[in-house]
Amino acid sequence: MSVTDTHRTIDAVWRIESARLIAGLARMLRDVGLAEELAQDALVVALEQWPQTGVPDNPGAWLMTTAKHRAIDRLRRSKLLERKHEQLMHELEHEQEYARSADEAALDDPFGDDLLRLIFTACHPLLSMEARVALTLRLLGGLTTEEIARAFLVPEPTIAQRIVRAKRSLAKAAVAYEVPRGDELAERLSSVLGVIYLIFNEGYSATAGDDWMRPALCEDALRLGRVLAGLMPREPEVHGLVALMELQASRSRARVDARGEPILLLEQDRALWDRLLIRRGLAALERAGKLGGALGPYALQAAIAACHARALTSEDTDWPGIAALYATLAQVMPSPIVELNRAVAVGMAGGAAAGLELVDALVGEPSLRRYHLLPAVRGDLLARLGRVDEARREFERAAGLAMNRRERELMHRRAQACGENASPG
Amino acid sequence: MRFMMWLIPAADGDGAPGNGLDADGVATMAQYNEALWRAGVLVALDGLCPPSMGARVFFADGRPELVDGPRSGTMGAPAGYWMIDVASLDEAVAWASRCPAAAGEAIEVQRVQEFADLAADVQQALARDDDGRVDDASRDALRRHPVGVS
Repeated sequence: MSVTDTHRTIDAVWRIESARLIAGLARMLRDVGLAEELAQDALVVALEQWPQTGVPDNPGAWLMTTAKHRAIDRLRRSKLLERKHEQLMHELEHEQEYARSADEAALDDPFGDDLLRLIFTACHPLLSMEARVALTLRLLGGLTTEEIARAFLVPEPTIAQRIVRAKRSLAKAAVAYEVPRGDELAERLSSVLGVIYLIFNEGYSATAGDDWMRPALCEDALRLGRVLAGLMPREPEVHGLVALMELQASRSRARVDARGEPILLLEQDRALWDRLLIRRGLAALERAGKLGGALGPYALQAAIAACHARALTSEDTDWPGIAALYATLAQVMPSPIVELNRAVAVGMAGGAAAGLELVDALVGEPSLRRYHLLPAVRGDLLARLGRVDEARREFERAAGLAMNRRERELMHRRAQACGENASPG
Repeated sequence: MRFMMWLIPAADGDGAPGNGLDADGVATMAQYNEALWRAGVLVALDGLCPPSMGARVFFADGRPELVDGPRSGTMGAPAGYWMIDVASLDEAVAWASRCPAAAGEAIEVQRVQEFADLAADVQQALARDDDGRVDDASRDALRRHPVGVS
């Protein structure tokens, strides 16, 4: 194996092993930042040694053992050799034996609980949303700072700073490295789900940049969601989120044309929808329902996505059903965006006038002031009612507000189409 | 991106499905499958019955000819597959390398072709409207056919 080949293998091993490695170390050291540093150290040692020695049979266990040695060295050198640290060292040395016996059952998963602790720590509400996202992709997704920066079109030093600060905040607040229990769990879980869904959405319809979709981010989020579903199989909303992501991802292929232009849901070629992901999504939704979670916000959104997935043609869409689900969602999770989507569904189910009435009620809404989809939806309803001049103005406004180039161009085209259809005089 | 990992047995399985599988081997493989599942990369998997229980439709001169029953010369028929969703070929290879496969077995790793892999004219042809007489699921399969033929 050449050095380059070995380095590529190490990258792949890192992607597979890093989360468990960091999670296990963080439990022993009770410090996520230090755990990540030691895991990185172990990676550097691998990069130095493996090209000579070859890749070990159990690369994950090798990295863990190396990182633990580093941890012990570091603690020995540190001047803070208090009782607490001695205790910690004893634990680390004890863990060493445990790791050896764990080698045999390498494919077993003794790290499941650690992984869960790491997820909850990375998504801790004390961190900003941006920091949670960066830390989650870094610690759980195994992405490099450079990869995260590229995915979010942010300079690399910004992401590096964000991660450093986040780790510092966690250490400073002495955040307990544990899975929250009782009342706290629901709130903390909703933060975790929110982070994963934000990552998915940034990949599914990028808020900025030239490409409308960044599939790699969708895949990262889906993987995190599936991991979480394996770790928390009794939590209905986890399955609800996975269902939502699988169902939305099933449409990826149909959402852009050959030139990268977005294609709206109702105009998509449904033959390109991924039946395998649809099946997985529907199964996850069913699981959420069986666990009593049919009314969770993610399960409800997944149920809406499922209505589209089940319709063989856009004419077959169960719009009254979708409108009813949005009405329920508006109660469970009231938000102007949900209301806007409800307006679209009502417009499709009961005619454009009823939909427009709902949208008009949102026009003064401060949080939607810069949201391009409000004028986009209003323009669409107006166009269907034949009020093309008003529609054109709305599409132009939408174009002015859209951050993504592809969406902006789509809105310009729709505005133009209104101009062409306008009757003279 | 998605990859198919085909498990190619050392020699053709023969007879009943599950032939040659012992409880220990199955348990080890189940652990491997679980590791894939826990890592969130597993999309689908199945074991396949031996070729002797299946059939081969052979297009010798472009016309289909059914070859069924026990036969030789079909070395390389897979005994199972995994479809996984990972970030790179290297990661897929790393997963394949962890499979508790027996001596002589092989795992063929192939990336699942994506729409973007196709030439522009092929993409155009796939996007063509049909007369609406076929249901969507079959049409999906029909349209994927040329994808499988390289």
